[in-house]
Formats: sequence, structure tokens, C-alpha cells
Amino acid sequence: MPNMQPNKTPMPEQDPHVRNKNFKEVALGYTDEMAINEAQRCLQCKNPACVQGCPVNVPIKDFIHEIVEGNMDKAYEVIKSQNSLPAVCGRVCPQETQCESKCVRGIKNEPVAIGRLERYVADWYMNNREPAVTAPKHNGHKVAVLGSGPSGLTCAGDLAKLGYEVTVFEALHAAGGVLMYGIPEFRLPKKIVQEEIQQLEKMGVKIDTDMVMGKVLSVDELFEMGYEALYIGTGAGLPNFMNLPGEGLVGVYSANEFLTRINLMKAYLPEYDTPIIHPKNVAVVGGGNVAMDAARCAKRLGAENVYIIYRRSEEEMPARNEEIHHAKEEEIIFKLLNNPVAIHGDEQGKVKQIECVEMELGEPDASGRRRPIEKKGSNFLLDVDCVVIAIGNSPNPLIRSTTEGLEANKKGCIIVDDNTLQTTREGVYAGGDAVTGAATVILAMGAGKHAAKSIDEYIQSKADQ
Amino acid sequence: MFKIIKKEPLNPSMTRMVIEAPFVARKAMPGQFIILRVNETGERIPLTIADYDREAGTVTIIYQKVGKSTLLLDEQEAGGYLMDFIGPLGKVSELEGYKKAAVIGGGAGCAIAYPQAKALHAMGTKVDMIAGFRDKDLIILENEMREASDRLIVMTDDGSNGNKGFVTAALQKNIDEGADYDLVIAIGPIPMMKAVSNLTKPYGIKTIISMNTIMVDGTGMCGGCRLTVGGETKFACVDGPDFDGHLVDFDEAMKRLGTYKPEEAREREEHCRLYGGIK
Repeated sequence: MPNMQPNKTPMPEQDPHVRNKNFKEVALGYTDEMAINEAQRCLQCKNPACVQGCPVNVPIKDFIHEIVEGNMDKAYEVIKSQNSLPAVCGRVCPQETQCESKCVRGIKNEPVAIGRLERYVADWYMNNREPAVTAPKHNGHKVAVLGSGPSGLTCAGDLAKLGYEVTVFEALHAAGGVLMYGIPEFRLPKKIVQEEIQQLEKMGVKIDTDMVMGKVLSVDELFEMGYEALYIGTGAGLPNFMNLPGEGLVGVYSANEFLTRINLMKAYLPEYDTPIIHPKNVAVVGGGNVAMDAARCAKRLGAENVYIIYRRSEEEMPARNEEIHHAKEEEIIFKLLNNPVAIHGDEQGKVKQIECVEMELGEPDASGRRRPIEKKGSNFLLDVDCVVIAIGNSPNPLIRSTTEGLEANKKGCIIVDDNTLQTTREGVYAGGDAVTGAATVILAMGAGKHAAKSIDEYIQSKADQ
Repeated sequence: MFKIIKKEPLNPSMTRMVIEAPFVARKAMPGQFIILRVNETGERIPLTIADYDREAGTVTIIYQKVGKSTLLLDEQEAGGYLMDFIGPLGKVSELEGYKKAAVIGGGAGCAIAYPQAKALHAMGTKVDMIAGFRDKDLIILENEMREASDRLIVMTDDGSNGNKGFVTAALQKNIDEGADYDLVIAIGPIPMMKAVSNLTKPYGIKTIISMNTIMVDGTGMCGGCRLTVGGETKFACVDGPDFDGHLVDFDEAMKRLGTYKPEEAREREEHCRLYGGIK
């Protein structure tokens, strides 16, 4: 008999007032007993809807069944067959809109905690097994992957499994993309990211860091070097600013800069050389995961008051539910239905105040969300010494501006064929945020998987000719 | 890891280093820069490419010892390695089609201005090079600058080389004497580039400056290097580092450059206490 307990088995967490002063992981993960208890809540549906909700189609009920049986090695194998980065996905996927949103247990009660179980299995494997991954036999074909974020790593992993010789080129000094520079340690420990990447390397994936593609090598040169196909997974790393008066003041950061200094450069640790401002009062503008991450980082740097300024209401916030909940517990102050109009500075050019207006929600716009409208004359000032702009990113133009025949839309997103993910150039595929604009880790991974399949078909069909 | 092939002091505070970086050397062009990181705990710092040798696969950088990271860099010796060396970054300088140019370098900026003069000179542009230093002991690259130009004027703030005054005095004098420049390039501290731009503006002489902003990634993903040019926000790492000096908001750039002054001073002091400071 399945466990009919209505709610998810709770996961232990660091106390909010302790954790908002450190960068250690907030959610501590299930114990063996908790995992088995939660796994028993799964009804093992004949036609499981949860799988349709997963962009990489992990055979969810199968791996959960293995947990119930106590076969953790088998559970891991089942997940790994479809997902190259389970320890990452279990932590950062917005399960409430993906797998768990489709779970039948969720109709009356809380859905099965699929993400927590995936995380449990991946962590169990890392802690208990020395991965004896061996590189598959090479099939004699070379593929280049541009960008080592979740999309590129997934594509590389899937191609390596098929025997391709894969090189991943990364512009920064560490592989992982947003997993390294964007998502903070307290949500996704960097050690876990690096361990998952090392497993890919053991499978034969070569990772070349410090290579700014488009500058150091062009797409055409990669073909000349013998790569038969390319995958562009360069993400959406170009920060959007608001063009507010005062955006040039000292203390105004893009979320990318703020988070890169903290996560990639470890500016919060004294032994690292990269500096960061240690602000007292911080305004973070935006309502996505990036805004939550920036706000919670600011709190951990020692800020007294951290405000999230978001122009719509909580219902429209794109951030993961769990992170909004965590942010509130950590005393982040939510200024909803507010929008900044200017940033004011002192004589030294440092941020002193942010000027906002109140908003109200009108009719739904093209995105289906109710359009925020400014309340005239509702201007007010907040005393802050730091402003972080987290209103979204666009694709970085570096590759497309240096590659002839690679077409992009008005927003700078690379245009691909929906069926194959091939770009307007033969043999060049693209996916993830570079194509969709800023989205989620798991969607980027789904695209990487999809492209790996297309690249394999493309190269095999050429080889057959 | 990137091997240090050669290291030589140019004056008490400046050093030239040749780094093995074949991919960077293959593509490097005048005006571009690299980002380096000395070790695992190091920060990423931008330095202009001073020279390159495509056959040898090497890139030359010249740096001034001003803070913790450049002191740390200077503690590395030939035969050793740098953790990261990334480039070439930034736009290539547009130097074609000019008849007569004044290339102005201020202090460490001469290391960046000199290759510009060399490139212009090689294209047949007549080049006057004006180099400014605080005193004669700090003069660097004098022979190289002379070879790269038709005329070299070296100024010192204190007159210790017999030529007292700022670079702007020499530029004004040349203009007054009918030098007829169609291009001025100024590279050095922000106040110097601002002064040169203010001087040339009434004459309508096209003036290009190379912005030395704070950078992190150097690839356009953070905007830490942003500045206002002609009322628009630009990223120095991808839109520059060269900009029209008549359009740049120098005062804002100067303030932004001072963002981490307290942290930088503390890092430098701690490093000096631990390692005995500048050798």
C-alpha cells in the first residue's frame, strides 16, 4: 500500500536566522528514512503524467520505485539515463510548474516531492560511490560545444555517450555557466556542480576554459579544425538595464555582476581578492530567481534591510515558490506593486536613495500577465546604498556578430528549426537561453538533449552518403 | 595555465612580461586587451595587449604595480605560470585613413599608446608621439616610442628631463605651430584623457581615448565596466575600450573607478605586510 500521507515529507533546513548570515546550503536534503517514506507516496501510475512535465523525461516512477526497494544504485542509473546533472536539477528546477505540477497526488494534496527525491539519489551516489565511468569507444567524429552551461554540458554528455569526441569551449575560467556564476552556494553548492562536471570529463568530454568563442576562434575556424557539427549554448548573459537616471552611480550593480563577484569570484570570502561593496540597505529590482538570489546574497553580506522591488504582485512573480518562501523567512522585505523611476546619489557619486512609484494591475498583456500601470503622484523614496538590477538578460551577441549567416530575431535570440534545433547554418545547432532568452536550467538541458540527438542524426546521415 | 616566458622591469614601478598564449597571439590586434588571473584566489584584472608575436605564440603585457593583484603578478617569475589569460577582448582600434596623428601617453598609458603609434606609423600616417611622466626615473619605452613615431616629445611633471609640463602643454604647442592633426589618441589616467579631449574639442580634432574601467568578466556579461558615451550606456569591454573622447562622461567614469578604493587599499596593505611589499 502506498503511503497516503497528504503532505510532502518535510526536508530539514538551516534555521532562517542562522542561514541568512552564512553561504552554506539552506536545504539539507532527505535522510534515507525520509526518502523512502516520501518515495512510498508515489502511486506508480500506469500512465504517469509527471514524466510529461519533465523537459528531459526522466522515468520518474521507475527511479522512485527503486528508492522504495532500496536499490539506490539502480535509481541513480535510471535518472542518469536521461539527466546528466541530477544533483543540480533536484535543487534548482521549478518543480511546481514541471514534473510535480502533473503529479496526481497533487490534485487533492501535495504532489510527490520528485525534486527532493532526485536530489537525494544524486547526493547518495556522490557520497557512497566512486564513479567508475569509462569513456565510450570513439566513433571518429568530432563535435564542438560553445558554452559550458547546463545546455552545453547536457549536449556534450549525450554526444559523448554515443562515442563522439566532444570539446566544450568556455569563456570564463570555470565551467558550469550560470550554475557557477549565477546560482549561489546556499542553493547549489559549487562542489556539487564541479563533481557533476568531472563525471562528464571521465566520460571523455574535454572542457577548454578561458576560450572566448567568437573572439579567439570563429565558427568557420572550428569547422576548419575538423569539427563536423557545433552546438551553441552560450546562454543569455547580457544584462538588461532600465535606463534610469542614476544607473551609473557607484553602488548600482547588474545582478550578473553582483552574483559573479559573489559566486564565481567568492568576494564574500576574505582569502579571495575580488572586492564587493558591503551595503547596509539594498534594493533589488525584479521578481525572478535572480532577484531572489541577489537579495539573499545581500543579506548574507551583512545588509540590514534588503528590499525586493517588483512591479507586479506576488502571484506574477516568476521565481521558484520555494525561493520566495525562503527569502521571506530570511527577512527580505517585499515591496510589491512598486517600480523604480530614478536612483539618487551623493556628491561622491554613491547611491543614496531609490525613487519608486506605486503600481496597480490592469488588463492582461501579451504574456498573459496583468499589465502594471503607474499610480500618478505616488512617488516615494527609500534610503539605500546599493541597487541591484535583476530585470532579466538577453543573449550575448558575441557569437552571432562574428558568424556570417547565423540569423537571430529582434531580441537577439538565435533562430532555429523547432524540429532539429539547427540554426540558419548547416551543421550549427543552438539551444537553451541563446535561443529562448532567459529561461530555466532544465529547459536548457532539454534543448541540449534534443540537439545532441539531431547532431547525431546529421553526422550519421552525412557519414552514410 | 599560461607560461611566463620573459619578465623585465622597465622602471621601479613598471614591468614587461611575455606570456605564452598561442590562441590569444593568433588573433590579437592593436587596442585589444586580455584578462588575467594570477592564482586560484586571485581576481580577474584587465591589461592591454602591448605586443604580440603570432609565430612564437606569445603576448606581451606591461603593468604598473599599483595594488595587490599587480604586486602578486610581479612576484611571478619567468618560467612560472599564470592561472588564466583570456583574450583578445574588446574592439580593434580603427586606425586607417588618417594623415597626421598625435598619439599621447600618460605614465603607464604609454605602454598602450606606443603600439597604437607603431600601427599608425606602419600604415603611413605621420605620427607625433607625446609621452608624459611624473619624473625622469619613470620614463619607459623611450627608444620604442621614438622608432614608432616621426617625432617624440617626452614631458615630465617636475621637469627633471628638462621638459617640464603636462602632455596637454606639448599638444597645445604643436597645434599652435600648425601641426594640423586629423586624429588625436590619448591613453592614460582619466584626468589626462579628459584634459586632452577638452583641449581638442574646440578645434574639432577627432579624439580617441582608451577607457580603463573596472572589469570582471570582460565579455559583456556584467556591465561593471559601463560608462556613459553621448548619453548612452556602453560597456567598455565589448563596445570599447576605444571611445570618442568628446562624448565620454569622464566625471562619472572617474567616480566609478573609485568604487573599491577602501577595499583595494586594505588588500594592498595586507599583502605588503605579508610579503614585504614592493621589491
